[in-house]
Amino acid sequence: MAFTLYALIQAVILGVNAVAVLHEERFLSKFGWSVDQNVGGFGEEPGIKVQLISLARSVRTVMRVPLIAVNAVCIVLLLLFG
Amino acid sequence: MDLSHHGHRATKPRARTGPPAGDPMLFDDTSSGGPQVPNQGYYNSAYNISGPSGGGGGPAMNNLFADPMANAAMMYGSSIADKGKDIVNKELSRFVSVNKLKYFFAVDTKYVIKKLVLLMFPYTHQDWEVRYHRDTPLPPRHDVNAPDLYIPSMAFITYILLAGMALGIQKRFSPEVLGLCASTALVWMVIEVLAMLLSLYLLTVHSDLSTFDLIAYSGYKYVGMIFTVLCGLLFGSDGYFVALAWSSCALMFFIVRSLKMKILSSLSSDSMGAGASAKPRFRLYITMATAIFQPVIIYWLTSHLIR
Repeated sequence: MAFTLYALIQAVILGVNAVAVLHEERFLSKFGWSVDQNVGGFGEEPGIKVQLISLARSVRTVMRVPLIAVNAVCIVLLLLFG
Repeated sequence: MDLSHHGHRATKPRARTGPPAGDPMLFDDTSSGGPQVPNQGYYNSAYNISGPSGGGGGPAMNNLFADPMANAAMMYGSSIADKGKDIVNKELSRFVSVNKLKYFFAVDTKYVIKKLVLLMFPYTHQDWEVRYHRDTPLPPRHDVNAPDLYIPSMAFITYILLAGMALGIQKRFSPEVLGLCASTALVWMVIEVLAMLLSLYLLTVHSDLSTFDLIAYSGYKYVGMIFTVLCGLLFGSDGYFVALAWSSCALMFFIVRSLKMKILSSLSSDSMGAGASAKPRFRLYITMATAIFQPVIIYWLTSHLIR
């Protein structure tokens, strides 16, 4: 498998887009993967599921706006250069 | 010694803040082991030398810069260069903490030799604990267990050159292949570091492994790769597999012993209840997964060079 840096960038953009699309209220709570259904006790170490949910939530919050710009640039470049 | 370390790690992980710029511990040349020559002596003699020669060269230099335009242009150019350098430094220090990076390159010859021997033959080394000095980790030149970034970066470049040479010997060389090899190795390293960071975050392991530490530990496999490729080139396919087995075992042992100190012994102080029973198991899994990944990636990245 020969990776170029371009392949890595593509994979990262696709992955972050995938995480940003998961809506917590409409989608994840149907599977029990929203934050309010998984409130941990006080002083207890959070488990893997809670950590994953918080990670996805922070990625969504941080990357919403930059992803708009990055996706727009990608679309323009792909239209122009294939 | 262990109790004091647990006491330190109970709080948040210690940042590897760099010492101020004038700290003699980082960049003095200690490889000779002789008496420390103070730096001020060198600076004074340099200034003395430049003083008289500056006076002697004064009348001669005046002829060169009699043209005021050239003089003004040179001053302008040097001020622009200084401003550019300041801007680059400021922007760079926003993304990468330069002081922390300097810590990883504070190596000397003795450390490099000892570390290379340790990477190839770690079975006789007794003490794997990273030593501290007043709450900050010792730089690599004073502690052979400390991770550094010099060996991984040099080994990476050597691996790329060696790959080019191996392909050239087999008449399969073209300049694009070199770039492809380099970016493949880099991408695999990025994937490995991201996977390590993700698993350490998900299992709330409060170790003081920073990103640079993980890059360092994941870059040590390039030394094994270079050794494997060299043996494959010199001794053919059999030599390749023997060297692969040897360097895989050595690297797995090295990684497990080094990471065991950092991951498995950094239990936080309040997880003494039932949750603690699940933790050491997962931390063991992380360490073993990292160790198993090394021979796999070494084989993957070098087998196409030995046909």
